[in-house]
Amino acid sequence: MMHLSELWFLLVSILFVGFVFLEGFDFGVGMGTKFLARTEQEKRILLNTIGPVWDANEVWLIIAGGAMFAAFPHWYATLFSGFYFPFVILLLALIARGVAFEFRSKVGAKQWRLAWDWSIFLGSLLPPFLLGVMFASLIKGLPIDGEMNMYAGFTDIVNLYTVVGGIAFVLLSYLHGLMFIGLKTTGEIRERAHRMAQRIYVIIGVVVVLFVSLTALYTDAFRDKGTFLIPLYSAAIIAYACLYYFMYKKKEGWSFVSTGLVLALVTSSFFVALFPNVMISSIDVVNNLTVYNAASGSYSLKLMTIVAVTLLPFVLAYQVWSYYVFRKRVTDKEHLEY
Amino acid sequence: MEELILARIQFASTTLFHFIFVPLSIGLAFIIAVMQTMYVLKENELYKKMTKFWGAFFLINFAVGVVTGILQEFQFGMNWSSYSRFVGDVFGAPLAVEALLAFFMESTFIGLWIFGWDKLPKRIHLACIWLVSIGTILSAFWILAANSFMQNPLGYTLQNGRAEMNDVFAVLTNQKLWVAFPHTIFASLTTGAFFIVGVSAWKMLKKADVEFFKRSFQISLIIGMVSALGIAFSGHSQATYLVSAQPMKMAAAEGLWDDSPDPAPWTVFALIDTDKQESTMRVEVPYMLSYLAYEQFHGSVQGMKNIQAQYEQKYGPGNYIPPVKTTFWSFRIMVVMGGGLLLLALIGLVLQWRGRLEESPAYLKWMVAAIFIPYIGNSFGWIMSEIGRQPWVVNGLMRTADGVSPNVSTGQLLFSLISFSLIYTILAIVMVYLFVKVIKRGPHEKLPEDVSATDPFNTEGNNYAFK
Ligand code: HDD
Ligand code: HEM
Ligand code: HEM
Repeated sequence: MMHLSELWFLLVSILFVGFVFLEGFDFGVGMGTKFLARTEQEKRILLNTIGPVWDANEVWLIIAGGAMFAAFPHWYATLFSGFYFPFVILLLALIARGVAFEFRSKVGAKQWRLAWDWSIFLGSLLPPFLLGVMFASLIKGLPIDGEMNMYAGFTDIVNLYTVVGGIAFVLLSYLHGLMFIGLKTTGEIRERAHRMAQRIYVIIGVVVVLFVSLTALYTDAFRDKGTFLIPLYSAAIIAYACLYYFMYKKKEGWSFVSTGLVLALVTSSFFVALFPNVMISSIDVVNNLTVYNAASGSYSLKLMTIVAVTLLPFVLAYQVWSYYVFRKRVTDKEHLEY
Repeated sequence: MEELILARIQFASTTLFHFIFVPLSIGLAFIIAVMQTMYVLKENELYKKMTKFWGAFFLINFAVGVVTGILQEFQFGMNWSSYSRFVGDVFGAPLAVEALLAFFMESTFIGLWIFGWDKLPKRIHLACIWLVSIGTILSAFWILAANSFMQNPLGYTLQNGRAEMNDVFAVLTNQKLWVAFPHTIFASLTTGAFFIVGVSAWKMLKKADVEFFKRSFQISLIIGMVSALGIAFSGHSQATYLVSAQPMKMAAAEGLWDDSPDPAPWTVFALIDTDKQESTMRVEVPYMLSYLAYEQFHGSVQGMKNIQAQYEQKYGPGNYIPPVKTTFWSFRIMVVMGGGLLLLALIGLVLQWRGRLEESPAYLKWMVAAIFIPYIGNSFGWIMSEIGRQPWVVNGLMRTADGVSPNVSTGQLLFSLISFSLIYTILAIVMVYLFVKVIKRGPHEKLPEDVSATDPFNTEGNNYAFK
């Protein structure tokens, strides 16, 4: 029998993976407004590709946080208070980005749009970076004391390994975004997204491999979980290789699935590496937070399981439906809301 | 100590800021859904214009509501980690349900509503805005369920050094929830209604699109009247409830140091001296407090000194009296706002019934100013509710001072407090600017850059990506 707290660890992981997969491409599209779009019209087309879905995608993060709070109060408390600065920055970025979508096209003035363009760009760049840094430092271990409180200095969070992790996340999100743009636009900008993806394909591959190598060097992940991590990373590498083929054959749907898969696999690898811990203490292993000592009581977990099992199918169904409604490509021939 | 104060300032200011947008979102979503329903049923383009025009405010407001909400969700862990560890087992569940049930619904269907005007059949598109409205109300329910646990903890046992849930029905049937939920929803509907009424009054004064704004005014005034009544009734049940569950808060809200006489009068005004523990210059309405508290014209209400003595027995030495002046005056301000809303709505209905709205510029001017009344009521309602609960963060279980994160330093808090305040100030300014812009533009003009229209025969966009 699977312990309920193990099930909830799986669920929280799935929510984070879902978040990275979904919001990953709209972070990527956000970065594309700077790197890919050349004209005002193109920028707006890009924004409108994610217009109907970005908010729901962001809710995946909120629910991941909420589920963590409900199922693992200690994990929630240690993580959010311990990573205080990164979360402040993350929140500022998400705040600026969220309103920018709604505000930017409401006023014609150049300065106005410029300001919101920067909000969208930084708001799409910083979150994947910070999440990458955070995930990486989670498996590396952090100074957590016997009271489960984390007192991290700057270099505990920001160091070579975690920064590479952050960059890898940014680049993968951008690539994933380019695939989404390929899928949702037509004409010039679509072609340009293809060309851009081909150009950065190799360098991104190198960064991801570098990150995996550093994981072997700086963390105990491979020593403890090698049997799971090696197949996982192999699958990611295969997906990344397939991506090349799909891009070459101009199979946009499959290319998108491939980048999503790579992102999802890399994200899962963090959770695989952690389990059964949820936070690793670099001071003393007895201080580790685990799925058992950080979890809520069995009554809460049972209740939450029932709720999640009942509601999730509906949520997934209407989200899929909304992607179906907006399946068409966005062109400048239609009304651009954003 | 400094950390505690900063954390409290940050929590109070960010939550109050979030709750500037929340009520308008809840209120407007509902009223817009009503307008769009009229459009679909009557096929009258006027209602479609209304839906779209008021929808523009709704969307701008909603965006700010969403981003300020994300901060709220994480703030418990960031600033109140000890609190989160202590109550997470009970408190986390409603928060998670809120996200799963309400936030997904709001965010998905609002996307479908904004972008689906030309893509969805009329009735399905209408269903989308109703689902958004229901989503906002569900979200209020679940967050208030969490808040009600803090006000009146139920359905838990103390185990493993924390509160663990053992009865979800007790959590969800908490009487506090069932008085606070209608009160908050009615207050939100009033906020939306008076917003539309106020903006319409402004445009009617300018003689712009009078037909359009008169209709909007009338629809919203009725909703405003009904919900203002709802506020008063549910507010009364809040007070009745308060006497039994949080007598200290009630005594503070009344500035009652000693037990009241029987029957108890309601204090309109008093000078409160917290050092001498006395209230002087009382202006009182006889019998009123007995009625408010017990729905009868007799019965005495306990005073703070008496309750303080009881609490010292129960919880050990300490000061259990909340900031009395703040609680007292917040309550008065809220109630006065409630009276003002009722009065203005009533005058409006009379004028409307006599067909004299347009000839009453003085009244219309008042209604423009009245946009702010519900905001004042909302903010002071929460201030009373949360400050009146001090020194507890979870009533009777955990003190606010024990809830704060031990590992977050003054420097970190200053940084977050300053940066959040800055970005919120910018948001507020931008919001007001955009609102004024939409108001000036009126319902008939399109945005200048909106030139292209949808071509129904356009098949170029069909997506064959997976073929
Ligand atoms: C009575 C209602 C109410 C109250 C007391 C609160 N909220 Fe709120 N919240 C809403 C009613 C609401 C809403 C109506 O559902 C919002 C406001 C506008 C909006 O966009 O949705 C929202 C948005 C919103 C969001 C963004 C949802 C999204 O992305 O779609 C989050 C994460 C929160 N809230 C979280 C909180 C937390 C943690 C609160 C407690 C401190 C809180 N809210 C108080
Ligand atoms: C329903 C969800 C809410 C929860 C769970 C909640 C929880 C809390 C918590 C944890 C504190 C910190 C303790 C403290 O600073 O005293 C607090 C304080 C406070 N909250 Fe709430 N709150 C909620 C809603 C609100 C709303 C919507 C508002 C107002 C808009 C509000 C206004 C305040 C204020 C003014 C304080 C400060 C009290 C003080 O510092 O003395 N709360 N609340
Ligand atoms: C008509 C007279 C009113 C009465 C008798 C009344 C009564 C109350 C009471 C007793 C509370 C405190 C509950 C607690 O602390 O546990 C409260 C809270 C609150 N009130 Fe009012 N109120 C009135 C008018 C208003 C108005 C006009 C608004 C806003 C439009 C408003 C909005 C709120 C809000 C947002 C809260 C905090 C949420 C809560 O605790 O339920 N109230 N009200």
